[in-house]
Amino acid sequence: MEKLLSIFFIYIFIDNFVLQRFFGVCPFLGVSRKMETAIGMSMAVVFVMTMATLVTWLIYTFVLVPFNLAFLQIVAFILIIASLVQLVEIVLRKISPTLYQGLGIFLPLITTNCAVLAVALLAVRQEFSLLESVIFAIGASLGFSLALVIMAGIRERLELAEMPDVLRGSAVTLITAGILSLAFLGFKGIITL
Amino acid sequence: MKHKPSYWQEFTKGILKENPVLVALLGMCPVLGVTAFVVNGVGMGLAAAAVLIASNLVVSLLRNLIPPQVRIPCFIVVIATFVTIIEMVLEAFLPVLYEALGVFVPLIVVNCVILGRAEAFASKNKPLRAVLDGVGSGIGFTLALLLLSLVREIIGQGTILGPDPETVIHLFGADFEPMILFAQPAGAFIALGLLLAVVNSVYKRFNIK
Repeated sequence: MEKLLSIFFIYIFIDNFVLQRFFGVCPFLGVSRKMETAIGMSMAVVFVMTMATLVTWLIYTFVLVPFNLAFLQIVAFILIIASLVQLVEIVLRKISPTLYQGLGIFLPLITTNCAVLAVALLAVRQEFSLLESVIFAIGASLGFSLALVIMAGIRERLELAEMPDVLRGSAVTLITAGILSLAFLGFKGIITL
Repeated sequence: MKHKPSYWQEFTKGILKENPVLVALLGMCPVLGVTAFVVNGVGMGLAAAAVLIASNLVVSLLRNLIPPQVRIPCFIVVIATFVTIIEMVLEAFLPVLYEALGVFVPLIVVNCVILGRAEAFASKNKPLRAVLDGVGSGIGFTLALLLLSLVREIIGQGTILGPDPETVIHLFGADFEPMILFAQPAGAFIALGLLLAVVNSVYKRFNIK
């Protein structure tokens, strides 16, 4: 239980996926312009990442390893994630059109969100159990969401700020991300695995 | 029909004008993640470039066979195959680099530079052009990684060619206190942000667009 809790909090605050490990930086920079889209993307990521980790863990443990196919890991994982995203899209459209409206455009983008593949790969590499992997995925995706939402809040204000022309746009966003990452460094060492 | 750009233009556009990292801001994860040391940064750049060239060639050869509805999964399978090959090669011949790059090697699969070039260029052009485009973008990507890792290693560690003790060169003597910030994740973001600002102003000055 204690280990589960520490995995959960470590990947939200200490080993934050975006700010400390650099997974999912592309969507972090891409969709953090508006709070609304940031929240939509966050929800989609939490959902897909948890599902994807669950499925890839099961496939890796019960199909790839017993049949000595571990070298197919990358191909298998990315295909699972891509088809899972498609499946989620179809199911969501059927059962919850409102949620689909909200998440719709973000779902296809998630296939190339490297944070999703990274969680799946790291869960296997760190030899987490199934429950630990799922908690790891939830923690990592919440960490991603936290970073994304904070960044969106800051960027909405940055729009109006005065700054030199060469800094405007991506340069100042990256520097802000750096300062944010520095702030998260303050959590270091609070919990260890 | 529109006049086609020359082969030379096809090759050079990815290096400066449409540099995948410095201009298009694609494939940021490895750019930030592995650039604490020059050796790792350049290794990552070359590995990604190799995958990019190979996948551009194959996608271009298969461009008339792949049905447009399922093209993205097809591209991903092609890319994933080459990434698996690169991963095995690195593990066998360059175990130190493989260890240092860690999970970023399999993550080349989801590098948007590679999928982007497959979708936007290789699937619409002949193999020779696709390969030239791949080589150009690959060089551009590696160049960006080299620049950022140079900045980060020199300021953050005070060395080049580290961390291997046999090749490492200490630039500023024993008394130098490195600015550890730049070796840390926060420094990666800040260094890349500043680098982009410099690149922006240089591009503006010399009118590269």
